[in-house]
Amino acid sequence: MRLKLVPQETNWDFFRAARLTFGASLVAMVASLLAFAVLGLNFGIDFRGGTTIRTESTQAVDVGAYRDALVALELGDVTITEVFDPGFGPEKNVAQVRIQAQDGQESVTPETIAAVESALQQVAPDITFPSVESVGPKVSGELIRTAVLAVALAIFAVLVYIWLRFEWQFSVGAVAALIHDVTLTVGVFALFQIKFDLAIIAALLTIVGYSLNDTVVVFDRVRENLRRYKKMDMKEVLNLSINETLSRTMMTSMTTLLALIALFVLGGDVIRGFVFAMIWGVVVGTYSSVFVASNILLILGVKRDWSADGDGGAGTQFAKVDS
Amino acid sequence: MLQIALWKRMAIVALVLSGLALALPNAFYSRVEGHNDAVRAIETGGVTPELVAQRDAWPGWLPSGLVNLGLDLRGGAHLLAEVRVEDVYANRMDGMWPELRDALRDKRAQVGTIRRQDAPPGELRVRISRPEAMTTAVEAARALARPSVTLTGVGGSDIEVRSLGDTLIVQLSEAEKLATDDRTIQQSLEIVRRRVDEVGTREPTIQRQGADRILIQVPGIGSAEELKALIGTTARLTFNPVVSRTTNPDEAPGAGNVLLPDIEADGTYYILEKAAVVSGEDLTDAQPAFDQNGQPSVTFRFDPAGARKFGQYTVENVGQPFAIVLDDEVISAPVIREPILGGSGQITGNFTVEDSTQLAVLLRAGALPAEMIFLEERTIGPELGADSIAAGQVASIVAFVGVLVFMWASYGLFGLFANIALLINVGMIFGLLSAIGATLTLPGIAGIVLTIGMAVDANVLVFERIREELKSARGPARAIELGYQKALSAILDANITTFITAAILFMLGSGPVRGFAVTLGLGIITSVFTAIFVTRLMIVTWLDRRRPKTISL
Repeated sequence: MRLKLVPQETNWDFFRAARLTFGASLVAMVASLLAFAVLGLNFGIDFRGGTTIRTESTQAVDVGAYRDALVALELGDVTITEVFDPGFGPEKNVAQVRIQAQDGQESVTPETIAAVESALQQVAPDITFPSVESVGPKVSGELIRTAVLAVALAIFAVLVYIWLRFEWQFSVGAVAALIHDVTLTVGVFALFQIKFDLAIIAALLTIVGYSLNDTVVVFDRVRENLRRYKKMDMKEVLNLSINETLSRTMMTSMTTLLALIALFVLGGDVIRGFVFAMIWGVVVGTYSSVFVASNILLILGVKRDWSADGDGGAGTQFAKVDS
Repeated sequence: MLQIALWKRMAIVALVLSGLALALPNAFYSRVEGHNDAVRAIETGGVTPELVAQRDAWPGWLPSGLVNLGLDLRGGAHLLAEVRVEDVYANRMDGMWPELRDALRDKRAQVGTIRRQDAPPGELRVRISRPEAMTTAVEAARALARPSVTLTGVGGSDIEVRSLGDTLIVQLSEAEKLATDDRTIQQSLEIVRRRVDEVGTREPTIQRQGADRILIQVPGIGSAEELKALIGTTARLTFNPVVSRTTNPDEAPGAGNVLLPDIEADGTYYILEKAAVVSGEDLTDAQPAFDQNGQPSVTFRFDPAGARKFGQYTVENVGQPFAIVLDDEVISAPVIREPILGGSGQITGNFTVEDSTQLAVLLRAGALPAEMIFLEERTIGPELGADSIAAGQVASIVAFVGVLVFMWASYGLFGLFANIALLINVGMIFGLLSAIGATLTLPGIAGIVLTIGMAVDANVLVFERIREELKSARGPARAIELGYQKALSAILDANITTFITAAILFMLGSGPVRGFAVTLGLGIITSVFTAIFVTRLMIVTWLDRRRPKTISL
């Protein structure tokens, strides 16, 4: 007996509730943009400049006492968060202290760090500082520009690749799905105020890659079925293709999620935000390749005279790899 | 299609085996690391029994390349520094003043008396008393120009000379500025490297980044502060003529002169000529020592050119004081009692032994041509790195087992084939990482775990396709053949698009993010290879041996 995530043969109509799913996606995207506009992102020092100090002590973290100790130093905006991880145990209490970039300085001065460290030692004598990181405003501005450029460039490169391999309608569908995924991920980060740093950009790009992977597999089947069933209604071709690839879609999402969840639970607190972004991205990416990319393809329609032997039509001349 | 030629089989097996062989050293990380260190130590130093024992702990004929651990896993310090390239322009102009002065004095009859004016940094301004002879002055200055040597060949002149009323203005030309910037960065890189090497840490990364930045990563060093103290000191040593001594910090030093504080005595200042007689660049050696009173000091030796310049100056200025200046502070200002012709000398000051040792190191390594500003600094403690590695290992193993069980439960025997391919896949990722000397970072570990999850995708695509083909197929062999054939385009398209994003991450990312892009990209290559070739080889071999009438998938 084999484990089956979905029945061997499915014949589900994925477009019966097209208005609903499409509408839900639109609402979610608008909500994400609103969350981004109203709440903003909780940028880490990579993007905002400033200093983070990780502290570790055998005594329980008293955020109030830490704050009181640091107020006297007049460092401006100071955020103190306690860090939890199942792997820590009662003897290990970790907190993250974030200090805003100081006026007129590129990176933090040794004196500031020494002052913060000795102030915290007053509160918890055995405190240690496993990591101290400081980024100047000059670099953080550049990092944010590079990050936005990276995401935009990735989406553009994909647009071109899919356009060459398929047709422009596929390209638009895939890119709409990508924008959907990236927007929803940013929305979740804004909503829960999870720290948004450079690693999250890597996660975003991975989501772009993963979501695309999924979309391309469906599209590849659509292209094949369009050639095979020349007279079939577009909606049916799409439904057939999604149903045929559904088993694979679920299998791959499942194995990927399995690996990511292991990392989320056991991988330590340092990369938890990064892994969370990817888990969310896998879920959203799987959804979007069916309900966003294919929906757009249905709305835009597609040229129907695909022929396997290739008549030099747009998109097919680069698609010979499979013939 | 199902027949795989013998040479292909052998090539596949050979690739897999060499990938795994390259990965092998990582399983014995500390032993191989000890071996590598010992080999290096024996090459540079001598042979000791301990080193030999350490070296022989790992056989020399096995590969010994290791995956470098990034700073976030090993602990250490990271600095991003910006070099103030403009500093050099100012130094160049100050250095040019004596030459220009002599050239203009030769034309005294026409241009009259000359006087250096205060000017913005990087410019040299000279007022002449007979503005009507400005053309002569400009010509005299232009005669001092040398061709500017850039990477693209010999450009125009290295200086720009213009006049403003009765003032002659000299500055570096744009082409020369570019060429200077490049030299400044190269020189800074070299000096930072020498200073870090003097401390003797393992595998520091020192690279140029962009036009005027240097990235420095040193594993194993205690903190970014220590590293900054080591490389952030300019260590510019100069010997300047003393004009006068004062206690007034606001006294106007006059053009071409500079007011500098004494390093020890508060409230004592010296007015010095800006142009140095000799500088640290003329040194060939510096060693910590003790002076005749048993105080820590630093002895130094000039190169022949430096010795000649210094000797000549001391001959001409017996009885006059000169100042030893380090990073804009006067260490001491002794009076020249007799000409110093031997080309060596001693710096005494209120040093501790550590001070004199560090000063000697800095002088030996050379001065930084320009000041560095630190834009980014990170310290990661070794324990935090070790925790991250441990957590990453546990998570990887759990992810691995989860995926293996899941694949087996879903596809049975074929799932097992895919699982073997997955093991090979991860082995090959490590092999490739070691072979290209890539750095593994914490996001990189996440990349590997993600690859574990995604690597089975290509196999899943094939297996699902075989299942479909089985429904309409003429026998299992044909179904498998068709399955591979038809899944290929989806596999390639899906992986190429993911690879594009990994490539963009690699180009634009830095540090840990780049590490993630590397593992993700390599993971895509190895997973496509294992799915298309390795699993297929296993399935085909199994089909040949068993010749099953039906297969269950």
